[in-house]
Amino acid sequence: MGIIDNINKLFDHRIRLGIMSILAVNDNADFNRLKELLNVTDGNLASHLKALEKEAYILVEKQFIGRKPNTSYSATKLGKAEFKKHINALEKLIRKE
Amino acid sequence: MSEQDYLKDISEIKDLMNRSSRFISLSGLSGIFAGLYALIGAAVAYWLVMNSGREYLILDGKIFRLIMLDLFLIALLSVGTAIFLTTKKARKEGVKMWDSSTRRLLLNFLIPLVAGGIYILIILNQSKYGQTGALMLIFYGLALINASKYTVGNIRYLGVVEILLGLICAVYPGYGFWLWVLGFGVMHIVYGTMMYIKERKK
Repeated sequence: MGIIDNINKLFDHRIRLGIMSILAVNDNADFNRLKELLNVTDGNLASHLKALEKEAYILVEKQFIGRKPNTSYSATKLGKAEFKKHINALEKLIRKE
Repeated sequence: MSEQDYLKDISEIKDLMNRSSRFISLSGLSGIFAGLYALIGAAVAYWLVMNSGREYLILDGKIFRLIMLDLFLIALLSVGTAIFLTTKKARKEGVKMWDSSTRRLLLNFLIPLVAGGIYILIILNQSKYGQTGALMLIFYGLALINASKYTVGNIRYLGVVEILLGLICAVYPGYGFWLWVLGFGVMHIVYGTMMYIKERKK
């Protein structure tokens, strides 16, 4: 089995990789916080979040803070494990070359 | 993807992890100022006690209240300068000053500090004031260590040094004043200068 197998296609995109990086070290983050850290537009961020949610890498929680709707995201066990695998594979690739 | 892309990925991951979880704009200069205020404040306190006619401090009376005011002013000026310089630095770096990483840092810094502060006030009211200097150093050190998880820089080591000085101070309360000067004055200046040099290099 080559190391390439552990490179996750889903993380091959800057924004998806960014979302996972943030959620790996924070218990949760809401939509605006992600938007601000990644410097992306609403629609762009939403579509990448959808993709990660579909694979069950992240958990979406909708709630109300006062009267404002607030969506909070956190990484699932699976998502964290996959992210770790991906980073290890990246490291190996760099060290090898 | 080429090696360059992978490297870029990794550095971006690291950057986002740091930016999202740690408060990074703490200014080294504010440490230097805090140390200077502490030294000036200590000199004022020394002068007050030496001119009071006694060579030691008694708990009630004008001198004691003046020294409490002195301590309060040191704290106020240090915090004020830190907020001012850190806001300036954050603005220069284009990051938000008040976000969840700042809140987390402040909260975790304040928990041991406020607990210690209240404890010191309680035992001062019971006229046990021999350990005040030691307790201030120890609780401040614990606050720094607790906060260090949420910021960059080596305030963890500053915290360890403060705790060690506090423990020494507990054994030799007679040197409390000088250990306080060392911990809050000299150590802040040393640490602030190290941070400042590091900031300049970047």
